[in-house]
Amino acid sequence: MTTIAAPRARVQRARGRRRSHVLTASDKVTLGVMAGVPTLIQFVLIWAPMVLSILLSFMRWNGLRLSDIKSAGLTNYQFIVKDYPPFWPAVAHNIIWLLFLACVATPLGLLLAVLLDQQIRGSRLYQSIFFVPVMLSLPLIGIIWQLMYARNEGFINNVAGIANTSAAIDWFGNSSVNLWAALVAATWRHAGYIMVLYLAGLKGVDPSLREAAAVDGASASQTFFRVVFPAMKPINIVVVVITIIEALRAFDIVYIINRGTNGLELVGALVVQNLVGEGQVIGIGSALAVMLLVVSLVPITIYLSRVFGSED
Amino acid sequence: MTDRLSETGFVPSQLSRRSLFALSGGVTLAGLAACTGTTAPAASGSAAAQGGQTITLGSGASDDVPKRAYQAVFDAYAKKSSNTVKVNTVPHNDFQNNINSYLQGSPDMAFTWFAGYRMRYYASKGLASPMDDAWAAVGSSFSDGLAKASTGDDGKKYLMPMYNYPWGFFFRKSVWAAKGYTVPTTFDALKTLCTKMKADGLIPIAFADKDGWPAMGTFDYLDMRLNGYQFHMDLCAHKESWDQKKVKDVFDNWKALLPFQDPNALGATWQEAAQTLGKSKSGMYLLGSFVTQQFTDATVLADIDFFPFPAMATEGMDAVEAPIDGIMLSSKGAGNAGAMDLMKFLGTPVAEDTYYSIDSSNLPVVKGADLSKLTVLNKKCADTIAGAKSISQFFDRDALPAMASNVMIPALQAFVKDGTVDTANLEAQAKSLYANQ
Repeated sequence: MTTIAAPRARVQRARGRRRSHVLTASDKVTLGVMAGVPTLIQFVLIWAPMVLSILLSFMRWNGLRLSDIKSAGLTNYQFIVKDYPPFWPAVAHNIIWLLFLACVATPLGLLLAVLLDQQIRGSRLYQSIFFVPVMLSLPLIGIIWQLMYARNEGFINNVAGIANTSAAIDWFGNSSVNLWAALVAATWRHAGYIMVLYLAGLKGVDPSLREAAAVDGASASQTFFRVVFPAMKPINIVVVVITIIEALRAFDIVYIINRGTNGLELVGALVVQNLVGEGQVIGIGSALAVMLLVVSLVPITIYLSRVFGSED
Repeated sequence: MTDRLSETGFVPSQLSRRSLFALSGGVTLAGLAACTGTTAPAASGSAAAQGGQTITLGSGASDDVPKRAYQAVFDAYAKKSSNTVKVNTVPHNDFQNNINSYLQGSPDMAFTWFAGYRMRYYASKGLASPMDDAWAAVGSSFSDGLAKASTGDDGKKYLMPMYNYPWGFFFRKSVWAAKGYTVPTTFDALKTLCTKMKADGLIPIAFADKDGWPAMGTFDYLDMRLNGYQFHMDLCAHKESWDQKKVKDVFDNWKALLPFQDPNALGATWQEAAQTLGKSKSGMYLLGSFVTQQFTDATVLADIDFFPFPAMATEGMDAVEAPIDGIMLSSKGAGNAGAMDLMKFLGTPVAEDTYYSIDSSNLPVVKGADLSKLTVLNKKCADTIAGAKSISQFFDRDALPAMASNVMIPALQAFVKDGTVDTANLEAQAKSLYANQ
């Protein structure tokens, strides 16, 4: 027995050793690359810029030589809160933006999804049409809304019959309406995005739930609000987080309208104004970005804790 | 196994990681890397001056007409010398927005730029190179005002002016003749005229400020006419405080003018406002002479006339706002004989005549340029500049760019909206921004 077993065990040990040896040689490289490259990209693209931004927000720098960097303590933050006139309007506009997306744009996306989830003719076509704004490039969106809103040539004022009169509404220039005009444009895009998410969500709801509700005598609205909607909880969380993040990072539409001035101030636009171009004030731009980051961390943290919490 | 991998071209991690680092690092840290002073040493081309050298030039003149005009100038130069000019044209907004990284990275030897603070700033940071050799050869053909505007803080010359254009009031002769309006020479006469125009159903002063910068022209003129050229320059450079009576007076006087400026200014671009003048809906338009580019109808264009901003408290109409565009040498062009030779050529009447023959919305600045080809309007503009004792460059060229774009644009837009301005806050912002430089 032993004479037979011993060599076999030796062979197995040798095989095992050889196998593990072969695996280590290849896997070290493969695993190193597979783990190292994403980590490196993550570090270079996310962590390093973030840490640098935080550091720069406490500095004064003209963006030229590294030796020009000087410590500034908290003065950049003080300046923003105390002396920078666009800051508080921008914060208020971001909050309005969030409320509008949450109360109008997101429910509209949900409504579109529910309607298009019915077996209506041309559903796919409508889906594509509502999703198109999400895919359009920014300059194109600018042109489209310019066509809608222009004071004398625009579609809206012409339909209302007030173009070329003194009553013509200056949709982009009048600071009491331009934020709402921009929000309509933002809704136009946001609703399409939410619609696609909910369409996927609705497809994922077990049909037997609806049948059971119908058997129990629930009306259509009861079925939706009490059964289907709660069943889409994972999607709902994603949508809430996306809505909050869209409101926080909102910037592109106001930037193409008038670079985020005159009633269209948003924190994101202020960051760009201060960091890009000749009007560069790196310290202040970084401080604004850090403030935005801190606020953004709240919904992101909630989202991540929910996601990982549900996995446990 | 490893042998097989490397045979089949699977590169060990070290190499791929290094190249990947270079790649991703290059993307994100481009701005930072450029700041570490890795500018390539100036290519000395002392031997190349004799011929066959290629001079690179970065151009922000991306619009069709100026682009062709510059190309014609460089073609003329190539014909005259054996050097050639390789132009790298970038859309002008991008060119201006990226100028910091462009000048710190690997710039062309020469580049299109502006006189004023914007020139002196990059000169003082060592990102532009002096061209006193070229000025020694052609400097005598420029006026003192131009020479002063081309000089950096260290007393060296950093700009070869190509052209300029004045800011002032543009109007339609036929409309004025029909209504019997006369050119105002004082601020009070201007206000009286505006009242008359308003009664006649015209928008007295066409105005647009959606983009934020056009309103600076009104501010500059009011400040210069009220407080004098030197005060305006000192205010722009923040050697004077914004929180003082002199500045408040500027806004108070502007408030008297505000009801006469197009109330829809904040939603309009300068091109749209120009249309109100072209269609005789407005009486006059305070803008740069580039406004004429908008009048494609030859009869309208021939009907356009010009008068300088009327006198107010001091210095009469001595100062004129006339931004100068020109060519500068980058740090890479330092000591390059070919580039210097090109600068000399650009300061000659031949070069400027060639430029004007294609782009007639700008005015030649060199003495000896052929003025016979100038239109009546341009002749008037050129005479106004020639007769000026001092020339300002426009707020966003005379002041710190961040002050212009981050502080003045919102402040002026708010002022245009409701006629209020917080000069104490302007001063607080100015203090912080100028300290950042």
